[in-house]
Amino acid sequence: MNLQDIASQVRRDIVRMVHGVKSGHPGGSLGCTDLLVSLYFKHMELKTDDQGQVVFDMEGNNEDVFFLSNGHISPVLYSVLAHRGYFPVPELATFRKLDSRLQGHPATAEHLPGIRIASGSLGQGLSVAIGVALGKKLKGDSHLVYVLMGDGEQQEGQIWEAATFAPHHKVDNLIAFIDFNGQQIDGPTDKVMNNRDLGAKYEAFGWEVLHMDGNDYTSLDTVLTQAKGLAGQGKPIIIITKTEMGQGVDFMMHTHKWHGTAPNDEQLAKALAQLPETLGDY
Amino acid sequence: MKQYPYTDKKDTRSGFGAGMTELGRTNPDVVTLCADLVGSLKIDTFIQENPERFFQCGISEANMIGVSAGLAITGKIPFATTFANFGSSRVFDQIRQAVAYSNKNVKIAVSHAGLTLGEDGATHQVLEDLAMMKALPNMTVINPCDYNQTKAATIASANLEGPVYLRFGRPVIPVFIPEDMPFEIGKAITLNEGTDVSIFATGHLVWEALQACQILEDEGISAEIINIHTIKPLDTEAILASVKKTGCCVSAEEHQINGGLGESIAHTLVTNYLAPQEFVGVKDTFGESGTPDELMEKYGLKAASIVEAAKKAISRKSK
Repeated sequence: MNLQDIASQVRRDIVRMVHGVKSGHPGGSLGCTDLLVSLYFKHMELKTDDQGQVVFDMEGNNEDVFFLSNGHISPVLYSVLAHRGYFPVPELATFRKLDSRLQGHPATAEHLPGIRIASGSLGQGLSVAIGVALGKKLKGDSHLVYVLMGDGEQQEGQIWEAATFAPHHKVDNLIAFIDFNGQQIDGPTDKVMNNRDLGAKYEAFGWEVLHMDGNDYTSLDTVLTQAKGLAGQGKPIIIITKTEMGQGVDFMMHTHKWHGTAPNDEQLAKALAQLPETLGDY
Repeated sequence: MKQYPYTDKKDTRSGFGAGMTELGRTNPDVVTLCADLVGSLKIDTFIQENPERFFQCGISEANMIGVSAGLAITGKIPFATTFANFGSSRVFDQIRQAVAYSNKNVKIAVSHAGLTLGEDGATHQVLEDLAMMKALPNMTVINPCDYNQTKAATIASANLEGPVYLRFGRPVIPVFIPEDMPFEIGKAITLNEGTDVSIFATGHLVWEALQACQILEDEGISAEIINIHTIKPLDTEAILASVKKTGCCVSAEEHQINGGLGESIAHTLVTNYLAPQEFVGVKDTFGESGTPDELMEKYGLKAASIVEAAKKAISRKSK
């Protein structure tokens, strides 16, 4: 199955999950779907058993690992993890419900395979990913650590502590992404709190900075391959990943309004009509 | 009373440093991080002997906590070190989400806790950290009382799987805990058996409690001195057994009385066995500049205050 078809099913899951509990964050989830599908179904080296089934352990030794710092886009991560085989797809129906392993924001307390740290309070994931990258170096594990952050999240101070630390300690087995969709809860990022030129900022901090269209599979493939090639050369890597919030559902695009709003029945039907069911709905 | 002769005076942070030196030599998974306070934390030897296992974080405590959580994910045992104020209140949310809620094997090891940091003043004299840390699920909170106990607590922390907040300090005080005294996290130590009042002390107040014990004895009062080095999990069994014998108690700590060890003891008593309790601690105020000794005196943390509290607790016992 091609990546686009997997992405279509993931997008269906996202709107259905959020609709199912009348809460959650569809906009950023839809925008980052193509990136997460590209990582988990093509670019990341994941630990598998003889049958090709993914195997999860907390330490993540000898495999690439991914961290979601902007934890509110949990629907996309949960759907991708489920379809990649970390836990049963029908469990997506428990999202945000009592006694579920699929908490509103990712958490480790319920031991959901694929999740290694809680995230939700913003600005912390880059630091955690750096720590994992350092741990891999200490153990002689040459695999990579990926971390996704939001662009609004760049307003958190801790991000810049981490951004200073990583080049200083030559954490070059780390590939970070900024979901550059230009939107945050209160409106366009430029209006709420202008981040200015994020690429120039990270470059000044000593990072290797790349740019990518996060909703274009040719761009994703080219730049992710390029980024992996730059690993191990003394610098951490960051990819400013241009995405469209709400990508794939026309009425959720070009606005911040679907950051944290669930569709009603009618809107759900309208959204699903635009997203072919490719792997079967949960 | 049982005597605790000493030949040496040292700071508890040096006990931490000694513990780290030993861990550096014996446990290859132990790594250390510091936010620009290497000299103050006494970890020079660890760094010298294990340079690849030390990460200088600069003045960036929030990042240090996150990096520590990441290292713990990979199976390392990170000790994140700084002053108590910057390792607790400054980074409470990072500790809450990435360490406590995520249940990571991170040791937050902090020096210069409380008033006895001295001349730097209230900005640095954290007196609220025990309250914050004991409120976090999954967190173990330890506040050792002298050099030997701090060294033992450091090594024990590395051997405990899960988040630990290990709090120690700057002043040079008698090394009175025997080097070979067993140390078990969560297990209180009875330093003197008595019958009239139980004195539960933690950190630097343990030595003061022993001085108070002598003064009380000279006045014909028999005090039981119990060293509560682990604030959480609290040794409620030892506390209840002692209070059932003596009928009243005093809690003594270098911390706000709001949210500290005393409140944990009060909770234990209220829910199990009602008895009068008096609180020796800082009474809802910030500290100030001064020498450690002057500050202990002014804020009522010396032996004399414990003696006074003990007498008051005894007077409140039902006749």
